[in-house]
Amino acid sequence: MKRVTFFLPVCMMILMTFNMSTAIDKATMDRGKKVYTQYCMACHQVDGSGVPGLNPPLEKTPHVLGSKTKLIRIILNGMDTHEEIDGETYTNVMAPHNHLTDQQIADVLTYVRNSFGNKAIVITPGDVKYVRARTK
Amino acid sequence: MRKHFFGPLLLMTILLIDPVSDLLNFQIKKNAGGEAENAGLKLPAGFKASAILDSIGKARHLVVTKKGALYVKLSKLVNGKGILYIKDTDADGKIDDIKSFGNYIGTGITIKDGFLYTSSNDEIFRYKLDENEEVINPDLPEKLITGLINGRQHNTKSLVLDDKGNIYVNIGSPSNSCQEIDRGAGSKGKDPCPILDSAGGIWQFRADKLNQTYKDGVRYATGLRNVMGLDWNFQVNELFVIQHGRDQLDMFPEYFTAEQNAEVPAEEMFMIKKGANCGWPYCYFDVQQNKKVLAPEYGGDGKKTTRCEGVEQPIVAFPAHVAPNALLFYTGNMFPEKYKNGAFIAFHGSWNRSPEKQEGYYVAFVPFKDGKPNGPWEIFADGFAGVETVMTPKQAIHRPCGLALGPDGALYVSDDVKGTIYKIIYKNN
Repeated sequence: MKRVTFFLPVCMMILMTFNMSTAIDKATMDRGKKVYTQYCMACHQVDGSGVPGLNPPLEKTPHVLGSKTKLIRIILNGMDTHEEIDGETYTNVMAPHNHLTDQQIADVLTYVRNSFGNKAIVITPGDVKYVRARTK
Repeated sequence: MRKHFFGPLLLMTILLIDPVSDLLNFQIKKNAGGEAENAGLKLPAGFKASAILDSIGKARHLVVTKKGALYVKLSKLVNGKGILYIKDTDADGKIDDIKSFGNYIGTGITIKDGFLYTSSNDEIFRYKLDENEEVINPDLPEKLITGLINGRQHNTKSLVLDDKGNIYVNIGSPSNSCQEIDRGAGSKGKDPCPILDSAGGIWQFRADKLNQTYKDGVRYATGLRNVMGLDWNFQVNELFVIQHGRDQLDMFPEYFTAEQNAEVPAEEMFMIKKGANCGWPYCYFDVQQNKKVLAPEYGGDGKKTTRCEGVEQPIVAFPAHVAPNALLFYTGNMFPEKYKNGAFIAFHGSWNRSPEKQEGYYVAFVPFKDGKPNGPWEIFADGFAGVETVMTPKQAIHRPCGLALGPDGALYVSDDVKGTIYKIIYKNN
């Protein structure tokens, strides 16, 4: 019985994670695409392929598929680090997008993490709120 | 049976000891471009193109020696080196020797009066040449200029020399439009723009003095966002430049749609005299209204022209965002009379035109007479992208980046995606 009470929440968490990564509701994706088109597409392009040497791609890169916190921080703070991404560097600056709401950031990141060949768990407005409160 | 076994083995052995394949692993295509007519390029009647090399790395600007050898500057090191020296030692029309030197990346490279001049993204060097225009000591360049702004964005240092011992260097602005938050939606422009003190213009230095810094140079022209293509016109003894115009007018959606951003802000070509102000970041040239207008970062609404009176006007306005990466006045004798002293421009191709399709990815030509354009510009060589429509830049297979004139009058074009070098000749038969 003790074992069951321990494993049950773990199983549920795994199931929830699985659910979230496979079935993202269309409304979220549609809202995310709208934010992407308005604020991201010019630089990162309609297919997320970026601009070689200027603007990083969003296709299966560690930034997009990795830590949710780091990714949310890129939206809030912008990016001007010139770090290598898969062996290439990119010169353009990304402005901070902290004027977007928690919902908009959650939607667009969920859209990006599940478009262009990407597959990763959703980012919720709660995730964004948590990171925003701890980001300066 | 034995023959079958040893045949391929022998061939492999020959390939392994072939001195060509020993050369830094560069791929030398013996008949590069042989498959596609004109190496896939579309050219005016009578012109032929061939790809004399490919896969040499991110080939930026290039220059051809009087013996027909090429120096190519790379923007990413290959085997630790950033300059290639390429030649056809047995003069059979095929490249058979590539050497490399210089442990820095960059774009600018040119030859003038016995020296090879090159740039990293913050310094300028020169190498003494022998009578065949070969670098005498590739490991010991003289450092001419140091400490130039290298802001990553627009950091390439294109260069050209005049006949009086001066070198002209582009110092691009590390910014799109000098906003308080670079590329931030609705962000105002810094006023006055502090970038202009040390960038956003062309600086003049001495070509023979070592270790120069900003204090030794002269800000020859200002108000230029970023210039990659520049050339000295020896007919009229003036500097000509072509600017990468501003991006993202639609950061101000109350005045501009994405579609307007795609079409409106020109890529401007200027004749520059000392002291010229070309207007950036306060003004840009509107292709549709055919005039300079005030930038939205400085209170512009797409119509106002305040602050734009008296700034330099372009001598040619090219379509928005097509990215002029090289400018070359044609002084050769191979091409027909129409091309003599005219300007070739290598357009790298756009990225900031979505939702419209991308444009550029071609070499254009402007006819000139007595140092002035005397006809409309036209596309000279097209088809570099290798696809009919480029929606996103990554779809382009090749992108023109550098231009050079051969001693026989042939035009060379570099591509920094696949590292292809094209040679374009004219054959009137």
